Amino acid sequence: MPTDEAPLLMARGVTKLYGHRIGCQDVTFDLHAGEVLAVVGESGSGKSTLLSVLSTRAEPSAGRIEYRMRDGVARDLFRLNEAERRLLLRTDWGFVHQDPREGLRMGISAGGNVGERLMAVGERHYGRIRETAIDWLGRVEIDESRIDDTPRAYSGGMRQRLQIARNLVTAPRLVFMDEPTGGLDVSVQARLLDLLRGLVADLGLAAIVVTHDLAVARLLSHRIMVMRHGRVIETGLTDQVLDDPREPYTQLLVASVLT
Amino acid sequence: MTAAAYNFAYLDEQTKRMIRRAILKAIAIPGYQVPFASREMPMPYGWGTGGVQVTASILGRDDVLKVIDQGSDDTTNAVSIRKFFQKTAGVATTTATAEATVIQTRHRIPETPLQAGQVLVYQVPIPEPLRFLEPRETETRKMHALAEYGLMHVKLYEDIARHGHIATTYAYPVMVAGRYLMDPSPTPKFDNPKMHRSAALQLFGAGREKRIYAVPPHTEVVSLDFEDHPFEVNRFEQPCALCGAEGVYLDEVVLDDRGGRMFVCSDTDHCETRQAAGHRGTMASPIAAGEGGRRAD
Ligand SMILES: Nc1ncnc2c1ncn2[C@@H]1O[C@H](COP(=O)(O)OP(=O)(O)OP(=O)(O)O)[C@@H](O)[C@H]1O
Ligand SMILES: [Mg+2]
Repeated sequence: MPTDEAPLLMARGVTKLYGHRIGCQDVTFDLHAGEVLAVVGESGSGKSTLLSVLSTRAEPSAGRIEYRMRDGVARDLFRLNEAERRLLLRTDWGFVHQDPREGLRMGISAGGNVGERLMAVGERHYGRIRETAIDWLGRVEIDESRIDDTPRAYSGGMRQRLQIARNLVTAPRLVFMDEPTGGLDVSVQARLLDLLRGLVADLGLAAIVVTHDLAVARLLSHRIMVMRHGRVIETGLTDQVLDDPREPYTQLLVASVLT
Repeated sequence: MTAAAYNFAYLDEQTKRMIRRAILKAIAIPGYQVPFASREMPMPYGWGTGGVQVTASILGRDDVLKVIDQGSDDTTNAVSIRKFFQKTAGVATTTATAEATVIQTRHRIPETPLQAGQVLVYQVPIPEPLRFLEPRETETRKMHALAEYGLMHVKLYEDIARHGHIATTYAYPVMVAGRYLMDPSPTPKFDNPKMHRSAALQLFGAGREKRIYAVPPHTEVVSLDFEDHPFEVNRFEQPCALCGAEGVYLDEVVLDDRGGRMFVCSDTDHCETRQAAGHRGTMASPIAAGEGGRRAD
């Protein structure tokens, strides 16, 4: 995990209020290229809120987020114009939703779902799009013969893997995931985690993974942030925090008293 | 009721001015869908009230109007719209493409190349080419604003994946002046090349959807495709059975219940003009007798 370089993402004092209610408050951290950060905490602690602000899906009430673009220049995400922001979202970033129906076009074939981002950045050769889609389906362990089926005909685990392929096809550098294994059976979860771990390592992806599940954090992440009532109360290397939690709240989490 | 009960061309002058402003804006931004306050017309929406409002707003007393539906001047829809303007505007009408100054159409672009000074008005049911891919209007507007049109290629990708070729044959999407993605209305893709750099002004009116858009004369209109699946127009294996024309759009006409059929020009004016000039197809004589070459419909 490289740390010498300037960070890929810098969050400073990120706050999101819903009226008087706190979504998340004063969150500050750096994320480096290739680094996987897990965000854990009980229900309502602000994990999804933080993720949606970081990924520019929601505007922060206060704070600043900078992202180092492919040209090496760090930009304030909320100063990007809409065209730049949307381009970032569909090229250099990925977003994996807990519910794959939110991240897939359910009426479009698997090949079309994977190919969409390629076409969005100007690929106009059907044969190449199809080849790339086949390659990506293989990488997420979906049989090539299913390429023309729509995700409606897929199982939950397959849909989730397809959503991942659809996001990774443009070789993004940063992927946001909100409970990526949330809706799945335990055995399906294990396989997906394994796959995700392999892909993240192979591609050198940076990722911010929101999860209830400390086992997911343990398996996928290098670092962990523990949230409570919208604030980050503890942060550190994943193994250290999980093996030797400092905060009493984290100790309870680790002891599985809270979920 | 007499014609005097209406303002010229039915719509009041204020409404026409509003529609003309929308048309001017549409001409200034080729392919961009301009919202307008569509009015109730004394006919159902399916009859092309958008096109009728556009025509009503641009007609002058000296105009010569032609109305076609599926290439024909004498379907119920074409006849009613023509009568409507005869009655409300008293303008001259014609079936001859070359004589018309304004042509209102549903489905076809005439085979006779249009000339400078002519206006082609399309009746459009669904103006938004991205509608079936992205139902959220806020999102499609953003896609147009940012020229994010990858999704349209997803549709063509799906076509090829399913059928082995681009199976879209009507309302085939085009890029206008290299900027806006446009639905040419339910014309066959056969007619797409005629839109490209046409000398005529092309106006599109969608009544129910309250949108007007335009392709000014000599504007680039390019059909979307893939490098390895280039755009192709429909091809017909035989010439028109009545006038022998090749390279025109043909309709299949069923002749009897024993599988007899023939292929004839969809553009009836074009077909009749050719026959009058002595051109004959393989089945010209028996049908032409008594019907003047015009097929029954
Ligand atoms: N759109 C919203 N409007 C108002 N309040 C909201 C909204 N979204 C979240 N909140 C509030 O913000 C706080 C943080 O919610 P958030 O969804 O970020 O938590 P979470 O950690 O993702 O929870 P979970 O684990 O249940 O998904 C909660 O108090 C929640 O009620
Ligand atoms: Mg959440």
